[in-house]
Order: sequence, then C-alpha cells, then structure tokens
Amino acid sequence: MSQDNAAKIRLSGVRKTFAGGRKVVLDHVDLDIGKGESVVIIGGSGTGKSVTIKCMLGLLKPDSGSITIDGKEVTTMSPTDREDINRQVGMLFQAAALFDSLPVWENVAFGLLARKQCTRNDARDIAAEKLRLVGLAPDVLDLSPAELSGGMQKRVGLARAIATNPEIIFFDEPTTGLDPIMADVINNLIVHVNQTVGATAVTITHDMASARKIGDRIAMLYNGRIIWAGPTDAIDHSDNEYVDQFIHGRADGPIKMAVRG
Amino acid sequence: MINPLRPIGGAFLAFLATTGRLAMFSVNGVSHCVRPPFYGRQLLRQVIEIGFFTLPVVGLTAIFAGMVLALQSYTGFARFSAEGAIANVVVLSITRELGPVLGGLMIAGRIGAAMAAEIGTMRVTEQVDALTTLSTNPMKYLVAPRLIAGTLMLPLVVFIADIIGVFGGYLVSVYKLGFNPSNYLQNTWEFMEAIDVISGLVKASVFGFITTLMGCYHGYYSGGGAQGVGKATTNAVVSASILILCFNYILTLLFFTKDVAG
Ligand SMILES: Nc1ncnc2c1ncn2[C@@H]1O[C@H](COP(=O)(O)OP(=O)(O)OP(=O)(O)O)[C@@H](O)[C@H]1O
Ligand SMILES: [Mg+2]
Repeated sequence: MSQDNAAKIRLSGVRKTFAGGRKVVLDHVDLDIGKGESVVIIGGSGTGKSVTIKCMLGLLKPDSGSITIDGKEVTTMSPTDREDINRQVGMLFQAAALFDSLPVWENVAFGLLARKQCTRNDARDIAAEKLRLVGLAPDVLDLSPAELSGGMQKRVGLARAIATNPEIIFFDEPTTGLDPIMADVINNLIVHVNQTVGATAVTITHDMASARKIGDRIAMLYNGRIIWAGPTDAIDHSDNEYVDQFIHGRADGPIKMAVRG
Repeated sequence: MINPLRPIGGAFLAFLATTGRLAMFSVNGVSHCVRPPFYGRQLLRQVIEIGFFTLPVVGLTAIFAGMVLALQSYTGFARFSAEGAIANVVVLSITRELGPVLGGLMIAGRIGAAMAAEIGTMRVTEQVDALTTLSTNPMKYLVAPRLIAGTLMLPLVVFIADIIGVFGGYLVSVYKLGFNPSNYLQNTWEFMEAIDVISGLVKASVFGFITTLMGCYHGYYSGGGAQGVGKATTNAVVSASILILCFNYILTLLFFTKDVAG
C-alpha cells in the first residue's frame, strides 16, 4: 500500500558490521516507510533493531547500502545538512539517555531551546504540557533525571522526543519497563502523535499487543534482513514460520535462541 | 620469519592512527570555538568550575611551594652568605615555573579527570548521541566551552597562585627567618620582570588547553561501560600531565634560550 506513495524513509541494501567486518549485524536491510505511516519493527533481542534505527538517525554509518529521507541520501551527507534533517526528527532511546546534568524540564525542552525559537519560560510551559501527555505531574519539572524511576525516565525521554513536534519519530521500546496501564497510555500517545499530528513513526517493540495497536505495518528483522513486512492485520496469517514463532512467543521453531546449559 | 617486526609495525600504525585522530579532534574542537552558535550557559558553567572551584587546591599548592622555596634557598644560600637572594629565587621560580607547572598538574588531576569522566559517561549512556538527534553538535556543546574555559581561565588561576606563592615565601622569610618585611617586598618587586610573569601565564594558557583537550578527547572516545570510563579518566590525567611537562620544556626553550646562549 504505502510503497506506492513517495517513501519518507527508504533503506535499501543496508549493511552494517562491527569488529572490523567480523560481526555482521545488518546484512541486507530493505525497508520503505511511507509519509505519515507508523511502522513497527519486531525481532529477537540482539538482531539489530536499535542498530537499524541508529543508521537511519546517522549515529552509525552503514558499511554499504543507501538510506534516503525525503528522497535525500543521508549516508553521505555533510554534518551540517544532517543537522538540518535532524531538526525534523525525534528519538526515544532504549535507555532514555537523559542529560543527567540538566533538570527534567530542560531535558524535555532541550530541542526547543537549541532552536532558540522560544524563551526559557515558554519552553518550560511546553515541557510541562508534554510531561502531562506522558502522565507525569508538574512536580517532576525541577527534579534531576537521577531522582526518577526507570519508567519515569523513559517517559521523560518520550516527552523529549515529541517536544519539538517532529515529522519523524523513532521510539526504541517505548513501553518496556512500564506497567500495563501506563503502557497503554503511551500506546495511545503514539497513535495520537501519528494520526492526529501526522508524524511518521518508527517503533521498535517486543510487545505484540503494543505492536498491533500502534503499527500500520509491521516488519520483522531476522538474521540481518527484513524477512517479513506487511499490514498489521496480515501478521496472523503471514505464512511465515519465523513470524508465527515470534508473535506466539514459542521456544521451539525455526528461530534458535542461543541458550547454553 | 618476519614475524618479530609485525607487532612493532602494528603498534606504530596504531600510534599514527591515534595521533591522527587526536589532531583531527583538536582542529575540529578549535574550529567550533570560533563558529556560532555559542553555548553561553555551558561556557559559564566551565568558567566557574575551572576559574573558581580549583582555586583552593591550586592556592594551597602554591602557598606551600612558596614556603618551601624560601626555606630551601635559605639553607642553601646561607653557605655563601647570599640570603638576600631568597626573594629573587622565590619570585622567579614561582612565576616562571612552579605556578604554571604545579597549577597545570593540579588542574590535570582535578579538571581533566572530571571532564573525561563526565563526557565518557555521556558517551556510554548515549547522551552524546541524544545531543546529535536534538540537532546539537556535541563538539560545540561539550568540547568547545571546555576548551575555551580552560585556555582562558588557567592563566587567571595561575596568576592568583603566583601571588599566593610569593606570599608563602614572604611568610616564611619574615616570620621564620627574621627578614625585614619591607626589604623583602622591595627585593621581590625589583627582581621581578614582566617577561617572568607573562611567560608563566602563556604557559598556563597552553596547559589549560592541553588539560581540557585531553579530558574531552579521552571522554569522547571512551569505550563501553564503567571500565571504559575509568580507563578514559586515567588516560586523560596521565597524558595531560606528560604533555604539560613536555610543553613546559619547549615553551621555556622558546622564551628563555637567548639568555642561555647569550
Ligand atoms: N557499538 C557496537 N559495537 C559492537 N557491536 C555492537 C555495537 N552496537 C550493537 N552491536 C551489536 O549489534 C547487535 C545488535 O544490537 P542492537 O542493539 O541493535 O540489538 P536490538 O535488536 O536492539 O536488541 P534488543 O531488543 O535487546 O534491544 C548486537 O549483537 C550487539 O552486540
Ligand atoms: Mg535495542
């Protein structure tokens, strides 16, 4: 469906290795993400989902292959051009990655302050509003990130990712470490950002309930390739035994987990 | 059969790679110091950190250095009945050498280590990556303010340390060795030349740059986990200290060789 539209983000033949080429994480990743679409990437732990997102963000440079955003090749772009692209991008890191030298509100408002488009007072108000969206009361505004619980840090990271109303938002496991109710609040928030605000969303998750709720499309990463991608409601009859094993969480099947014992 | 040469070649290549990376990092860092946007708050934070919070430790170092200088030169010079030169020795050694070198080394331990640990922790907890995604260049936001603050503030700190050091020498000479206070001060003032103080402050500026550069560099390229950050911190202090002593020799050579040759 969305392949027909101009892709917002397009990965083709992306390859990324570590340890001087000895460790192949991404072998040949092809993925199209349409404008305004919400794509969920699923896959086993350590298959390279975070690495894929970091390649799209320009934090890691692929060994080969191409990544385009709005039709522009980003892998060979100058840092200044990349900075311009990043202005329309938000990212929630898997471990939140909050700045621990800054209070919570400055973390959330960091992108706004960096653009110098509003005063510090206005930025603080926007931060309070974004924190409310992720279920945090204004009394956390002046705390330092170290004073928050893990789940709260995650939600502050989420507030920071959406604070500048970016066109593209990456969520690396947004609901991990949250209770089921809060997880649903966050799912709703992502759906809201995607559908009402119109942002393109790329989400990594292990949580199938969450994947079904927020994804227009789901892509499964295995062995350095996207082995299946399709509309969310098609995932239950994908005819792909890898996908079936994963979504039903079965220990035996074609995917062999490295368990020693 | 050619195997014995291999590790040497490997080490040499690794050395070249590190040197190249450091050179690129320095040029990049300095270029961000002069190109907007500037982060005033970050700069202010570093200026206070370096210019104010290091004063106690540098001041203490300086006062004891001045006191021990006076004591040592007294026992030495008494053999030649040249006690009058004590004021001269104290002020020369403090302003030319001990102020900048001891100050630089203390700052390397205090500031260099703190910077490597802070930036290293930010690196391994992906805060440096987070900066990039918030369209903020980490070189500009983290490195440039530290380089500027180090280069500008260390001369100030050392200047204050010079005064405290000379005062230490004065204390010992007057209250322990029984010198006449006004004579001692007059001797100090007469013997002191502008070049002594200026060369010391230029050294301080260079040492401030070296220390902050090493702290930022090792933190920025810190490896994974707590162990990586620990290693970065150690490397920052050790490399900054060694470079300070090397550059101290080079700068002394540049400033004062004509005295030696002439
Ligand atoms: N900087 C790095 N250096 C070396 N190897 C790395 C690096 N980053 C990631 N890897 C490797 O790449 C692989 C994929 O990592 P990645 O973080 O993308 O996993 P993931 O799919 O996000 O897993 P999880 O669901 O557990 O977060 C892992 O085997 C990891 O060891
Ligand atoms: Mg991950």
